Amino acid sequence: MDKIPDNRAWWLVLPVFLLVAFSALIPLMTVVNYSVQDIFGPGQAYYVGTEWFKEVLADERLQDSLIRQFVFSGFVLLIQIPLGIGVALMMPKSGIKGSLCLILIAIPLLIPWNVVGTIWQIFARGDIGLFGWGINQLGIDYNYTGDTLDAWLTVLLMDVWHWTPLVALLCYSGLRAIPEAFYQAAEIDRASKWAVFRYIQLPRLKSVLIIAVLLRFMDSFMIYIEPFVLTGGGPGSSTTFLSQTLTTMAIGQFDLGRAAAFSLIYFLIVLLISWLFFTAITHADKEK
Amino acid sequence: MAEIQLKALAHSYSDRPTGPDDYAIRQLDHVWHKGGAYALLGPSGCGKSTMLNIISGLIQPSEGEVLFDGKRVNELSPRDRNIAQVFQFPVIYDSMTVYENLAFPLKNNKVPASRIKARVQEIAEVLEIEDKLYKKARNLTADEKQKVSMGRGLVREDVSAILFDEPLTVIDPQLKWKLRRKLKQIHEQFDITMVYVTHDQLEASTFADRIAVMYDGQVVQFGTPTELFEAPNHTFVGYFIGSPGMNIVEVERCSDGVCFGATVLPLDSWQVDILKRMTSGNLKIGIRPEFIEISPIASDDTYEANVRDIEDLGTYKIVTVQLGAQELKVRQGEEFEASIDSPVHLSFPKQWLMLYVDEFLVQEQQ
Repeated sequence: MDKIPDNRAWWLVLPVFLLVAFSALIPLMTVVNYSVQDIFGPGQAYYVGTEWFKEVLADERLQDSLIRQFVFSGFVLLIQIPLGIGVALMMPKSGIKGSLCLILIAIPLLIPWNVVGTIWQIFARGDIGLFGWGINQLGIDYNYTGDTLDAWLTVLLMDVWHWTPLVALLCYSGLRAIPEAFYQAAEIDRASKWAVFRYIQLPRLKSVLIIAVLLRFMDSFMIYIEPFVLTGGGPGSSTTFLSQTLTTMAIGQFDLGRAAAFSLIYFLIVLLISWLFFTAITHADKEK
Repeated sequence: MAEIQLKALAHSYSDRPTGPDDYAIRQLDHVWHKGGAYALLGPSGCGKSTMLNIISGLIQPSEGEVLFDGKRVNELSPRDRNIAQVFQFPVIYDSMTVYENLAFPLKNNKVPASRIKARVQEIAEVLEIEDKLYKKARNLTADEKQKVSMGRGLVREDVSAILFDEPLTVIDPQLKWKLRRKLKQIHEQFDITMVYVTHDQLEASTFADRIAVMYDGQVVQFGTPTELFEAPNHTFVGYFIGSPGMNIVEVERCSDGVCFGATVLPLDSWQVDILKRMTSGNLKIGIRPEFIEISPIASDDTYEANVRDIEDLGTYKIVTVQLGAQELKVRQGEEFEASIDSPVHLSFPKQWLMLYVDEFLVQEQQ
């Protein structure tokens, strides 16, 4: 068959182009637009180059909240991933008990973020909240609105309560996909429980764990509503994470240029870390 | 190493078995002697894998006892029975190298590191995978994986027995033969009790000294390959062993023997005596295709039949003849020539005529 050159064929690329444009490029370009100009109103925009970026990077308030953000996400991963695996390992393998467990465990996942914040805001109060009151009754002085450590622990605990089920469910599905023959072989080879976990279950959970780590990192790194409702970022600014700082800047102070520059940096950090995680985990045990 | 005894063993996968059909293994007694190389032969679904899993402890039998050296082990897990088992499909620990895979059972048994190294090397050489020892196990081909799987069964020195559950299913025919010989050598070298499950009679007879043939949840015969061939204890063994299987013909009682259609087969006097004492009407005669003789000329003890078909299998021919309404297979040498529908004369040597009552062989009482 003869090939007929016809440049109209380029139109066939249009649907994909439009899709990508609407899903990513155009919204993102708005932010890029603001990040390199100082815009006062329609027709009053001045190109400022990288000035906003420099200012944002030098801003101590942002640096502090970035550090807090990393510490928070670090703890989230350190607690939720092992805990989720542990919960999944302990869940019944099948039958009515298994289904019941799945439903019970999935409940926190179904609760909207701001409701979660509200629940814990009340639950952890020393006067009317069961949790806060209970802790105080044990003789421990606990007050998440006044004490930095208490506030941190409460935010972490809330996130663990809300999102560990996701890790557990992912791991549970991964565990169920391991053929029975592997457990039989391990039994025959007299493998200890630990060896079964280390050499059979963990390697076969790898792909779901990559997803779990990435999801939990991205979600926790972008956390906004829950701590905002629970502590409002306080006491002081001790639980003010990146999203909240950004929102204050963009909406509270209407500092759109810096907020846009900051947004782009924020986005790049999430992208970079996710990529690092993914590459590190997938390359970890390639053939040398 | 241990002697494995199965006492009044039966197993059903249903919780409330109601009849014999619910049983994967019907009540059986069996002994696997210390240091023997055995095959467990039978068609798919006859209960052979079930029996193997009961021996290893992966399945708890619903009735009866499993004894190792006379000690009841029903309640012991596979780890406590100290048994090795190789499965039909390769099971490898894919995050480990081949070396680590082979060393795994030894590590779990707390074998000293120097011994592990020597032993893994030894087994890797036997299986011819020593050049792959430091490769990740997941990058191997299917038959290399199965070799690793087998290696993990063979590497332990102190096992009560090694059980093989159709281990060569995924392996190339070429390599199959080689590995079977290897297993046999390993058996001769280390003198471990081995039970080898297969549905392939050739595989069973190259590997094993004695073969247990299983049919419908029962061991119907336990004997050497020659015994299974020459005197099948059950019509199923006759049909299953040999290629083609035994000719089995439904017959009725006649004077001095049995008959089918117009054909009368005289039997030995002891067979006739026994037949007189039996009341069952389920009578069958079996004769192997190898033992039917064909001659071109008629004599007193020959039967005239017609040639229906001749299959040339290269080194021998399978001749299908029709005697009355009955078709029989006869094995002949390459030199045999006859045209289709031409008459031939058959004779049935008496010592090869097997009489079956209710499917079981009638044997001369000593």
